[in-house]
Amino acid sequence: MNKIWASVLMRHEVGLHARPSVKLTKLAKAFESKIDLGLSPDGPWIDAKSIVKVMATKAPKDSTIYFRAEGKDAKAALDALVTLVNEDFPDGP
Amino acid sequence: MDHKTHRLAHRIEGRPAAPGIACAQLVRLLAAKSEARESRSKAGEQQALADAIEASRRDLAELADKVADDDAEAILAFQIALLEDENLVAPAVAMIADGEAAYRAWCAAIDPEIATYEQADDPYFRARATDLRDLRDRVLRRLSGEADQAVPGGVIVAAEDMPPSAFLATDWRDGGLVLRRGSPSSHVAILARSRGVPMIVGVDVDRLESGVDAVLDGDAGALIVDPDPALRAEYDRRIAELAEARQAASSFSGPALTASGEQVKVMINVTGLAELRDIDPSKVDGIGLMRTEFLFQAREKLPSENEQHQIYRRMAEWAAGKPVTIRTLDAGGDKPIAGLTQPGDLNPFLGVRGVRLSLKRPDVFRVQLRALARAAVIGNLKVMIPMVTVPEELERCRALFRDIVDELRGEGWEAAMPPLGMMVEVPAAAIAVEDFNADFYSIGSNDLIQYVMAASRDEPELADLARPSRAVFHLIAHVVEHANSCNREASLCGDLAGEPAQVAALLDQGLRVFSVAPGALAPVRAAIARYSGKA
Repeated sequence: MNKIWASVLMRHEVGLHARPSVKLTKLAKAFESKIDLGLSPDGPWIDAKSIVKVMATKAPKDSTIYFRAEGKDAKAALDALVTLVNEDFPDGP
Repeated sequence: MDHKTHRLAHRIEGRPAAPGIACAQLVRLLAAKSEARESRSKAGEQQALADAIEASRRDLAELADKVADDDAEAILAFQIALLEDENLVAPAVAMIADGEAAYRAWCAAIDPEIATYEQADDPYFRARATDLRDLRDRVLRRLSGEADQAVPGGVIVAAEDMPPSAFLATDWRDGGLVLRRGSPSSHVAILARSRGVPMIVGVDVDRLESGVDAVLDGDAGALIVDPDPALRAEYDRRIAELAEARQAASSFSGPALTASGEQVKVMINVTGLAELRDIDPSKVDGIGLMRTEFLFQAREKLPSENEQHQIYRRMAEWAAGKPVTIRTLDAGGDKPIAGLTQPGDLNPFLGVRGVRLSLKRPDVFRVQLRALARAAVIGNLKVMIPMVTVPEELERCRALFRDIVDELRGEGWEAAMPPLGMMVEVPAAAIAVEDFNADFYSIGSNDLIQYVMAASRDEPELADLARPSRAVFHLIAHVVEHANSCNREASLCGDLAGEPAQVAALLDQGLRVFSVAPGALAPVRAAIARYSGKA
């Protein structure tokens, strides 16, 4: 199966902190595909479903986040994740 | 342990920290222990860890349903996400497979994560170490078979120590607090007094068991376990009397007067808006001390300018023209703030705290001064600076404040420069008070006593030394004299002002402005009314 990529600029005030990380990993887990996250287009890549790994990136405000997904719902997953970051991690329902 | 039913009432002596009486069930809070049993098979240990994690996850989810504020919810969601993360748990599972005990495997898995957060440059990340430690202990408690220790309401809680955030999160109605550590002037004791929660310290809590009936006598500083019916009845009578006295005391009105008719101002110390709800502003002479530390504690983010402005403004509105004295952030000492104060300060009371920290962190200080300058437009707001040691500190604050007022006006805000006073709590400032050009002086007796007496307020063994001596009164008189000579106000806002037995001695020094915990208003006014001049 093909891998697909996406990237988005994160403008969240305090960076990829606890609250945004929880939202991001929760959303990633809603998809079957394997989803990776990186801070550069060449990686290193970490599991976007792991809060431990995502928080460990300590991504600050204004970093570009890269996603890489592989699986049946890869496209839907990346669309949803990019929207989440783009809209500054709004409170979901 | 099998003879519970035959046990006799026994009295355990401690030291009084907050007055009042509680008759209730005793609940002993335990710190997480790592010496949990480890006699299980590998499969048994795996199951024990899996069960402990699942139980902790359920507890957190339940808590998250109950909390109402955003920050607490975010922290709980973060902790739940961590427990659901294979990356955190997998190393522990692997170690158990290699023969390690579950509790050691869990610590070995989570401790390096905690260390990573502790070492982060970003204060927001650093503050998360506390959440991970809390999570580690929660799972350890479950592993050792201890039930979760959410503090139930209406009980007497016995514990080693208690952080202010845990105190604030507990329902203390009809309950009380027994601690081994801390002292009558520790921060939790200040909170207990201001909320009328009886509290004693210096008790060997290891000897106490949960579930027994107990009487906590915060006046005498004693805990009576398994009181007999006669003693119990006597204390029930005293509780009823106290309730009546409170009722009667709250009916005072008008200015506080000494027996010779001299007027004395009695103001209150507060930590937030919640305490003002039950207080009638017409019965006090204003707010003598608003401690802003609690706006900054147990939060994910430091409070924004707007958030602070709203609170200061509502206080000024509550006071309806009476003075509202707001102390700028006094972090450090016994009031650490995650992501702001320096962890591992060797001697925090002599370290980077109060104005020393504020001047080193202008990013945080400026936000507070901006909020204060905007709130100063409404009402009678005064600002005081804690821990001032040399005149330059006060002058730097004044210059910064002036710049900020100009800056705000430039941005189109209404802003004003409020009177800028100082806390007198460092002996250097008390001795040479005439060198400080403050608009008013407020004596912080808790710190002044511990610095003059060289006795920590948190050392139970030195409680008899950490008292107001002649040397302390001498400094108080000196500060009051100086203030009178230049027609400025001197007040005293430490615990000393709220002790009825010390009121006459303070009046003897010339002090005429007291600021006390709301619970001490009536007894202090009564002590003032008994005063008929220097003996």
